[in-house]
Amino acid sequence: MQKKYTHIQSAHCENGVATGLLKYHGMDFMTEPLMFGLGSGIFYFHIPFLQINGGPAITYRGMPGGIFSQAAKLLGVKVNRKKFSNENDAYDYLNKQIQMGNPVGCQVGVFNLPYFPPEYRFHFNAHNIVVYGKENGNYLVSDPVMETVTTLSEADMLKVRFAKGPLAPRGQVYYPENVKPVSNEQLQKAISKAIKRSAFEMIKVPGPIIGVTGINYTARQIRTWRDKLGVRKAGLYLGQIVRMQEEIGTGGGGFRFLYAAFLEQASNYLSEEKLLKVSDDFTRAGDLWRTSAIQMGRIYKGRLDDQKYYNECADMLDEIAEIEKEGFTKLLKMKFDF
Amino acid sequence: MKKENLPQDKSALENMTRELCYVKNEDGKYTTGLSTGWNVKTEALNNAWEDINERVKEAALAVKNGVKSPVFYFMELRLMDLHLLKSYTGFWRINIKRHFKPSVFKNLSEKKLNIYAKAFDVSVNELKTFKG
Repeated sequence: MQKKYTHIQSAHCENGVATGLLKYHGMDFMTEPLMFGLGSGIFYFHIPFLQINGGPAITYRGMPGGIFSQAAKLLGVKVNRKKFSNENDAYDYLNKQIQMGNPVGCQVGVFNLPYFPPEYRFHFNAHNIVVYGKENGNYLVSDPVMETVTTLSEADMLKVRFAKGPLAPRGQVYYPENVKPVSNEQLQKAISKAIKRSAFEMIKVPGPIIGVTGINYTARQIRTWRDKLGVRKAGLYLGQIVRMQEEIGTGGGGFRFLYAAFLEQASNYLSEEKLLKVSDDFTRAGDLWRTSAIQMGRIYKGRLDDQKYYNECADMLDEIAEIEKEGFTKLLKMKFDF
Repeated sequence: MKKENLPQDKSALENMTRELCYVKNEDGKYTTGLSTGWNVKTEALNNAWEDINERVKEAALAVKNGVKSPVFYFMELRLMDLHLLKSYTGFWRINIKRHFKPSVFKNLSEKKLNIYAKAFDVSVNELKTFKG
């Protein structure tokens, strides 16, 4: 008997694909925030010496693919991943999976994704969709950032699966295997482990660019941009930060609201009131990320042009770093009995 | 962010989808809300496109003035850089740079033109006859 894949909309594509596939395989309790938290998705990394579209490269979450892999490991699930050097093999493999009635995750580039509005089609290669069937020669597609399901022609599918450049998907197809029922105890253990891991990554990794110190690093950079780059370019750089932080796929506030939602759920699973307090910390951080975006917006709209406004943005980022450091320190200190 | 504060501004996503955001309900619990867009990021996106369009316009002018070949123009038009064009065509970057010269471009083989045309998603004829 064939089950039907149920489309779910999520803030972030990888969470959405992972959540949808695990639900399909019987993990009814799975939610996007839980997936994000279990995958230790929250992160901050200002990547020096790397530029995206000529601007700063910042990420607010872990490596693509990492969220699903880490969450799966904690849940005792295996993620079967396949990449291809040959387009024909990739085409055959996907068709075979669909014929077997196995919905799969596909990594795709968005530059040639026809249902994306042209304004959003950059060479970004770490988008994820679920392919769950084929009808009249078109693939049935569940794109988690969309409200409803959509379709892709065979030619378009091949194009987006073989987009080139950084993080090239190379036709990657993946699906969970060996999904077994998870006991409450197992889940509690997984959640506490994942929380510790995130806290460690955000405050214990040495160096000035990874974790909360990376936020201070970005703040220091912003203070220099107006003099170093000129008003126009500095504005473009700030705009790029806002887009990486707030654009579709982040759930707003650079994934911080998503993490706060996870901590709220975690507090339920672990019966731990203190986690709600930390959840509030991250809501505050998320709100402040949004406020900093508004301030940056005033600058790149050309309404404000003075060094002091750049400093104000930087100050906000320093404040965020402080809040997040406090939050993660609390998490690191917390003792869970699992 | 509270649910009632979720921005509902017009954005380029309007014909595609509303985006899902995590917000607080009246009881202070997390829930999800759908947003049509937020002006702050729409303006960041518009600025980025203004910058791109500026570059494309300059590239077209360079072709018109005989300084650059159509390869350079279409690279800019497709938001590519040398790295990306190298991965799409398999040509070395130093060779691509040579192909930016109109004098070298003029003598490119049909085979190479085909590879470029495919990478840029245009016909060979469009590529050859682009005058800026």
